[in-house]
Amino acid sequence: MSFSETANPRGSVADRLRDALPKLVLSPTVAIVAVFVYGFIAFTFYLSFTDSRILPSFGWVGWTNFENLFRIRAWDTAVSNLAVFGLLYISICCALGLLLAILLDQKIRAEGFIRTIYLYPMALSFIVTGVAWKWFLDPGIGLEAVVQGWGWESFRFNWIKDREFAIYTIVIAAVWQTSGFVMAMFLAGLRGIDSEMLKAAQIDGASTFSLYRRIVIPQLRPAFMSAFVVLAHMAIKSYDLVIALTGGGPGTATELPATFMYSYTFSRNQMGIGAASAVIMLMTIAAIIVPYLWSELREKK
Amino acid sequence: MSTAPNSTTFDPAQSGNADSQKRTWLHAVKPARIILYLLLGLFSIYYLLPLYVMVTNSLKPLSEITAGGMMALPQEWTIAPWLSAWSSAQIGVDATGLRPYFINSIVMVVPAVALSTIIGALNGYVLTKWTFRGATVLFGLLLFGCFIPFQMVLIPMARMLGLMGLAGTVPGLIFVHLVYGIGFSTLYFRNYYAAFPTELVRAAQIDGAGFFRIFYRILLPSSGPIAVVCIIWQFTNIWNDFLFGASFSDFDSQPMTVALNNLVQSSHGVKEYNVHFAGAIMAALPTLFVYIVAGRYFVRGLMAGSVKG
Amino acid sequence: MRKLTTMMTAAAALMAASSSIQAQEVEVLHWWTSGGEAAALNVLKEDLESQGIGWQDMPVAGGGGTQAMTVLRARVTSGNPPTAVQMLGFDILDWANEGALADLNILAGMEGWDDVVPEALQKFAKHDGKWVSAPVNVHSTNWVWANKAVLDELGIAVPTTWDEFVAALDKVKAAGKTPIAHGGQAWQDATVFDAIALSTGGPDFYKKAFIDLDPDTLGSDTMKEAFDRMAVIRDNVDDNFSGRDWNLATAMVINGDAAFQMMGDWAKGEFLNAGKTPDEDFLCFRFPGTQDQVTFNADQFAMFAQGPEVGKEQAALATAILSPGFQTAFNVVKGSVPARTDVSDEAFDACGKKGMADLKAAASSGNLYGSMAHGHANPASVKNAIYDVVTAHFNGEYDSATAVDELVTAVEINK
Repeated sequence: MSFSETANPRGSVADRLRDALPKLVLSPTVAIVAVFVYGFIAFTFYLSFTDSRILPSFGWVGWTNFENLFRIRAWDTAVSNLAVFGLLYISICCALGLLLAILLDQKIRAEGFIRTIYLYPMALSFIVTGVAWKWFLDPGIGLEAVVQGWGWESFRFNWIKDREFAIYTIVIAAVWQTSGFVMAMFLAGLRGIDSEMLKAAQIDGASTFSLYRRIVIPQLRPAFMSAFVVLAHMAIKSYDLVIALTGGGPGTATELPATFMYSYTFSRNQMGIGAASAVIMLMTIAAIIVPYLWSELREKK
Repeated sequence: MSTAPNSTTFDPAQSGNADSQKRTWLHAVKPARIILYLLLGLFSIYYLLPLYVMVTNSLKPLSEITAGGMMALPQEWTIAPWLSAWSSAQIGVDATGLRPYFINSIVMVVPAVALSTIIGALNGYVLTKWTFRGATVLFGLLLFGCFIPFQMVLIPMARMLGLMGLAGTVPGLIFVHLVYGIGFSTLYFRNYYAAFPTELVRAAQIDGAGFFRIFYRILLPSSGPIAVVCIIWQFTNIWNDFLFGASFSDFDSQPMTVALNNLVQSSHGVKEYNVHFAGAIMAALPTLFVYIVAGRYFVRGLMAGSVKG
Repeated sequence: MRKLTTMMTAAAALMAASSSIQAQEVEVLHWWTSGGEAAALNVLKEDLESQGIGWQDMPVAGGGGTQAMTVLRARVTSGNPPTAVQMLGFDILDWANEGALADLNILAGMEGWDDVVPEALQKFAKHDGKWVSAPVNVHSTNWVWANKAVLDELGIAVPTTWDEFVAALDKVKAAGKTPIAHGGQAWQDATVFDAIALSTGGPDFYKKAFIDLDPDTLGSDTMKEAFDRMAVIRDNVDDNFSGRDWNLATAMVINGDAAFQMMGDWAKGEFLNAGKTPDEDFLCFRFPGTQDQVTFNADQFAMFAQGPEVGKEQAALATAILSPGFQTAFNVVKGSVPARTDVSDEAFDACGKKGMADLKAAASSGNLYGSMAHGHANPASVKNAIYDVVTAHFNGEYDSATAVDELVTAVEINK
């Protein structure tokens, strides 16, 4: 309930203006989001039913774009890749972030320094770190060649060249980029936990492991939510990463919906199909995110 | 962790203080500490490897790279690639290096970050302290907007910018970044202010303080930590953005990432990898700088705000 | 679709009309950002500046022009198109279809472009009989680059037929070297496939399959044979080919780790840059079985309509691009050959001279074909659909029979 209403029983013009002020402040944001997010989403929905090729066009073609979309094998690959990638990326980032945060929370010397090392990849654009990763993962010049040079001749690490495993190299590089950020979130969460409670549990004879499992980790739930939102948004938008590392290859093995959509909309001049893929993508996002946001936000009330 | 439960104790002097670090049971056990540092060190290697590749290769002549020594330390150290990337590498027709584009980026990033942070703060303030029916739904809608793929909005956005007369201008570019930055900045401030005692706001209101006065005098002074988080986030995203920067800039306002991309992606020419890496590190310096300088406030800010319910 | 563009063009015209009075400037969107290319483009810039016309440079590199095309769409949609845009093949025709390009016919008539530009190229520079863009160069794509020392050492003569080529590959393999340096990226796979299809089925087959998109030809046994030959190529590349940049593959030939690379004439720049001399250190020859043909891609500057009439500065830009001086200066650096066939070959090196002679001969004998791999045989949607199939086959996802079937379907969906 808004207390501004109760504070002003009688309404002169000035009072009414004052009452409306918070909403006025919020209104530009609402207008902007309505037009530039939801308006554009509506526009994309519309485009997905048109014969748009190089530029938007408004000839109605019904479900043709969707039918064609599902006939394109690369789309299947892109969707299942996103499932694999998203799942691994989010869970590994969370696990690694949590582990690093717990490790760093043990009164570490030079914590600030180490934390910066873990965090810095977030600051770099993938336009070029992609090249560094590409070289590092390349069996001919990267890790495999170096380890073999050390004398371990049978060492193999050629995932990036392998259709079955290439997507996992994308996960490795993506985790590298964001896990430090997740670590920072969990670290912040850990620092906010009430120490009295831990002390009590300690006196009760709880082991370190069960202390974390029973008391610490459940209290990190808000941190998990923030991490999830950030990670899910990164996973869905992963584009630079794929382009820089594999260009979607070998073949179409590492295609993701974002690269698929870009390629159909802009390099293949099939804007209609591109829009159709965007629609499917948005609906999938909505199906996953909306219930999650709803449960989280409702609880807070 | 391999510590035996019985050997762990709390340091009573420390555990009473909420701000200092509390869990010190590992401290007492030497082998566990060694393993701990070993683990931290191993992870550091993982995070530093790509940087190692970039730095070493930016310091060797091109011939060493193409001869195959991409992972080795330079045999012959040189800073020529750095000088070239900064002031003489070919970006377009003119061999200007990245220097002029730095300014373009800063002119765009600073207002975009400042505006989106301020608006985010105000939104967060309204959504938590002046809440109204439907505020949560509105916030949910705002947040969902963060997930919209940017490739999708490119064409309609271009049309809108054209209609507003902002096509190919710096204000246009700032506007675009603002539009798609508000979601996250609102998220950060909303979660932060949610934990801020509403009683204080109410008391101030009874004392007759107005909307902006309460914000300015009561919330803003304690918003430092979350502002740092928000600024770091927005700065990183906007500075590193390529798609909008390339599409909505003009010949004289192309940002750093577009120039870097031009440097790196030359299609049919000789690829000077050493210059590319030097340029890449250079382009990342402002964000790295922000991380290092503000890093200590970063965790504090996250702690105070965005990860709390 | 047309209406929208016309509206936007009109809006742009209004804006241009008000600004063209104060400043004579051309804005040029391109992706030539590497040292040599940009230096060559600078010749054009200086030429215009000497006429008092300013050059506003708008480089956007990446993805062989993909990024630039994306930016262009944003620019046109916002009613702010550049004066001239570097463009390839079918993209030009697509934009002309949208009604976004200027009509250069008066200028072309005055300067006699029809007589000096090869007809195969005119197909991409003219739309509905109107000149809409100014061609800069012709790249030919069916070249093989070889390390001469490796060939000499193994006693391999320049192969002229597929069988000789296979024998040569076997020899190199037996000597423990990589026969073919290749980068596994879709466009590189397609570049090789282009040459192989042309060599396997001959020019008529190539034309029917990739230009006319005839389903029977696409699904023919000859096409299967072409895919089988691709598999032979696949057996002769090293294990790490996937995702490799083309220039790193070229470096393998330069360093003597590999014998051959199939790549367009831009590869020459890499050899020259490494201090190698044509005919002494490295060889360039047409892909075996395609000695008489040239598959090409041509860079052009599409001229975007800035108003109802072609402005003075746009005309000056187009004239400068087609001037023999610029055509020579640019192409000597770029490794390609001039788009005009009446330019002297004096300034060019051995490979360049060969390229010019080949182009002239092919143009006059009707053996000049647009390259499928480089967007000069069919529109972008079809091209990329073919890429998908060729790459999937090359990476072992399809056998040759499946690849042929998939090719027919892919072209069908995207035509």
